[in-house]
Amino acid sequence: MEWEIVIGLETHTQLSTESKIFSNSSTRYGAPANTQANEVDMALPGSLPVLNRGAVERAIQFGLAVGADIAPRSVFARKNYFYPDLPKNYQISQFEIPVVQGGSITFYVGDEEKTVNLTRAHLEEDAGKSLHENFTGPHGESSTGIDLNRAGTPLLEIVSEPEMRSAAEAVAYARTLHGLVVWLGICDGNMQEGSFRCDANVSVRPKGQAEFGTRCEIKNLNSFRFLERAIQYEVRRQIELIEDGGTVRQETRLYDSDRDETRSMRSKEDADDYRYFPDPDLPPLVIGADWVERVRDQLPELPAAKRARFQSELGLTGYDAAQLTMDRSFAAFFEDAAALLSAGQAKLAANWVLGELSAALNRDEQAIQASPVTPQQLGGLLNRIADGTISNKMAREVFAAMWSGESGGDADAIIEARGLKQISDSGAIGAMIDEVLAANPAIVEEYRAGKQKAFNSLVGQVMKAAKGKANPQHVNEVLKEKLG
Amino acid sequence: MSDMPIHNEFDGIAALRAALLAGQVSAVELAQSALNTAQARSELNAFLHIDPELTLNQARHADQAIADGRSGPLTGIPIAHKDVFVTRGWPTTAASKMLAGYASPFDATVVSRLEAAGAVSLGKLNCDEFAMGSGNENSAFGPAHNPWSRDVVPGGSSGGSAAAVAAGLVMAATGTDTGGSVRQPAALCGVSGIKPTYGTVSRFGMVAFGSSLDQAGPMARSAKDMLELLDVMTGFDERDSTSLEACDGVANAPGRVRSDFDHARQQFEANGATPLQGLRIGVPTEYFNEGLSSDVAAAVEAALQAFETLGAVRVAISLPRTQLSIPAYYVIAPAEASSNLSRYDGVRYGHRTQTYGDLADMTSRSRAEGFGPEVRRRILVGTYVLCHGYYDAYYLQAQKVRRMVTNDFQHAFADQCDVVMGPVTPTVAKRIGDNRDDPTADWLADIYTLGASLAGLPAMSIPCGFSQGDTPLPIGLQLIGNYFREGQLLAIADRYQQVTDWHQRKPEQH
Repeated sequence: MEWEIVIGLETHTQLSTESKIFSNSSTRYGAPANTQANEVDMALPGSLPVLNRGAVERAIQFGLAVGADIAPRSVFARKNYFYPDLPKNYQISQFEIPVVQGGSITFYVGDEEKTVNLTRAHLEEDAGKSLHENFTGPHGESSTGIDLNRAGTPLLEIVSEPEMRSAAEAVAYARTLHGLVVWLGICDGNMQEGSFRCDANVSVRPKGQAEFGTRCEIKNLNSFRFLERAIQYEVRRQIELIEDGGTVRQETRLYDSDRDETRSMRSKEDADDYRYFPDPDLPPLVIGADWVERVRDQLPELPAAKRARFQSELGLTGYDAAQLTMDRSFAAFFEDAAALLSAGQAKLAANWVLGELSAALNRDEQAIQASPVTPQQLGGLLNRIADGTISNKMAREVFAAMWSGESGGDADAIIEARGLKQISDSGAIGAMIDEVLAANPAIVEEYRAGKQKAFNSLVGQVMKAAKGKANPQHVNEVLKEKLG
Repeated sequence: MSDMPIHNEFDGIAALRAALLAGQVSAVELAQSALNTAQARSELNAFLHIDPELTLNQARHADQAIADGRSGPLTGIPIAHKDVFVTRGWPTTAASKMLAGYASPFDATVVSRLEAAGAVSLGKLNCDEFAMGSGNENSAFGPAHNPWSRDVVPGGSSGGSAAAVAAGLVMAATGTDTGGSVRQPAALCGVSGIKPTYGTVSRFGMVAFGSSLDQAGPMARSAKDMLELLDVMTGFDERDSTSLEACDGVANAPGRVRSDFDHARQQFEANGATPLQGLRIGVPTEYFNEGLSSDVAAAVEAALQAFETLGAVRVAISLPRTQLSIPAYYVIAPAEASSNLSRYDGVRYGHRTQTYGDLADMTSRSRAEGFGPEVRRRILVGTYVLCHGYYDAYYLQAQKVRRMVTNDFQHAFADQCDVVMGPVTPTVAKRIGDNRDDPTADWLADIYTLGASLAGLPAMSIPCGFSQGDTPLPIGLQLIGNYFREGQLLAIADRYQQVTDWHQRKPEQH
């Protein structure tokens, strides 16, 4: 039987505010345990939550960026459950009326465009952490410690519709979402520190069936690779289960990256009754049209708009434009470099930013902001390709030299110093060709007998004689001429 | 050791303040004599925590402030706080074993505002555990006793506050009112108490019970003395998101209540011999139902007649949802409480059981041991009504009733009356232990106070008489005003107290 995979994602995005969502203690990562928890975060008697407007502002930014409705009035609710790292034993979240409603994310899977609708995005607070390993109590006994530094960190939970049909789509969606929240500056995107983590709802159904299959939720996937593998595993598991005559049970599962499998955490039957009700400590969140407009005015150009502009104004392909707009700094680098080139050369800049530059950054594990080659320097190099001074191949050598800081990273200085200027003088090229033809009569014969390969071999010989500096186009032209 | 503390020689806060400023008495002398009496009257069990050094230190600061000419409106005035206000100096227990010995790292806003105004605190007052109860019998540290008769309850939950004021241990005290916890004990102890409009006094630092209902208020001997405290306590607090920045366009800040009071008083004075001329008193028929005892009915009737003598007119009104306010309140308050009290799990602070198996076992045992029966009962009720499948039938329904109760009052204030008056309680104080086998009997006795709580309206209790019999016990009159009219309410009560002396009656020492 042919199966259709159905995936929806819930993404917890940690918002980039200085202080927590309901208290004024710091959200900085990595401080000693419990040094960033005040009376609100510790849920001391008499403490009360006060909403951080910065978190709301970021939620509005996100909502506008995905074309969602910003609720003029949304409600904070208490989600009640007991857990030691949840200090109040309820989480303040939004339940019935979230701040962001609807919207969509458009992304590419390969070069196919896909749009996934969002259900909602709501504000909530994070819990603290339980420290189970290597933790001893006051009397040296094995114990569990609680670190409340993370408690109260603002989260925007972004919920998609179940509209993804493969692990690859889910990853592409998550990458695009990640790119967007970092682009907006509302999240630092650091997945290792848990700033961006996904829960995947996965189900399968026979192709053509209208109803959804029973879904399982895989919790806390904090890398794109884990997201992809967890979904792949889960899909296999569900299909095998059904094909063997079993049924999928609705449950929450955890992905074990060491064993590359998902494991049951709890079934729907033992799920908590969260006893949601509006938090009486927080009045409804009222967002006036003026606030929304103020945020809209300050929004940067969004990836989708930039992508469209790269295609229409600069003539890039949809794929290249999408790649370049995955990251705001990346797009800015490209634009700065392309601005130095003459019209019609944007494609050259795109190729280099996505090719040579990306490869070098990946190899050295550098962020683009810390690239040793600046957009201006890259633009200088690309101009030399465009005007035929050097070949693309030579340019790679120059780029490598620029990367290591040679001659202050100046392309012209490196070309000069290394003598890489291309020979474009027809006379000089003609002389070299004459020598090669004289030295290789056998190959010339082959060519005349109709072997195209022989021509390439002759070009190679000429290039070799020119130590690679001959302009290949000129070599081609003159050689053809001479061979008549 | 004198029988009575020095401050009782003065007619009220204004007189005491004048004496302090004139140097006739020092804050330290006042504090010392009040401490002595508080300790001598330990049989009342009004206080849970006394720390003479902390109190005398505040008194020394008060004397210094007077000497330096920078005294505040309450400098040197001896007060005390209900033990649901967190205090840095004294322990805060909310009268629960759960919080025995708990030391707060910060002061409640009400506490710091009163301290900033110069008041000297004698310590922390007994109450029902987590403010749940109406007899102060639910205290983990034993019941407080009514100064009018040792065998009867002082009311609750602010029973220690009412007992301390009635016995003259302090000039005034703070209380909190969720469903009547200031007004009811004030009535049963023969003192004055006011619950201001919800949102005017900060809840920051109040141990939460029912967050949408909880409101702090002062208890004192007279309306004038309540004004002195309330005017300082009221004000916007950025640490409480339900605190109001403005009340009908007037900044919510000290001075607001006083100016409303002064304005009303001037109007009354201009009326000459009938100062309350034009004042329409709404008397809800539902407040005079079959449950009302004849003693209380008679005292309230006499008070209403006194108001008529002062020029006011009586208007019969109807608050048809009065009866429904009991079930509505006993769904909403426990629902909020069940969630508010879930933080007491023995993990970070508070009582933790000695022996336990797993984590869930530790949490349940700690809570079962730390909470008393009434608190446990309300947590169970609250948990139940919020459960999936019951939420709509109970919680949501109760919220609808709450809106209807609110509308009933708004209808009355819109075109029938300026103030609502009636009884506070159906009967006078009961004997300690009377309702022990029938825990919900007390709930029904809250019928007259719950309406103003659900509607968030300012409401007050002032003494208006005594029961008949061998042991006369105090009776309170309730005054309910429209939103933000606590100044007007106090002025109306003050007018009544100028022509009556119920508020000046003092219990003999038993």
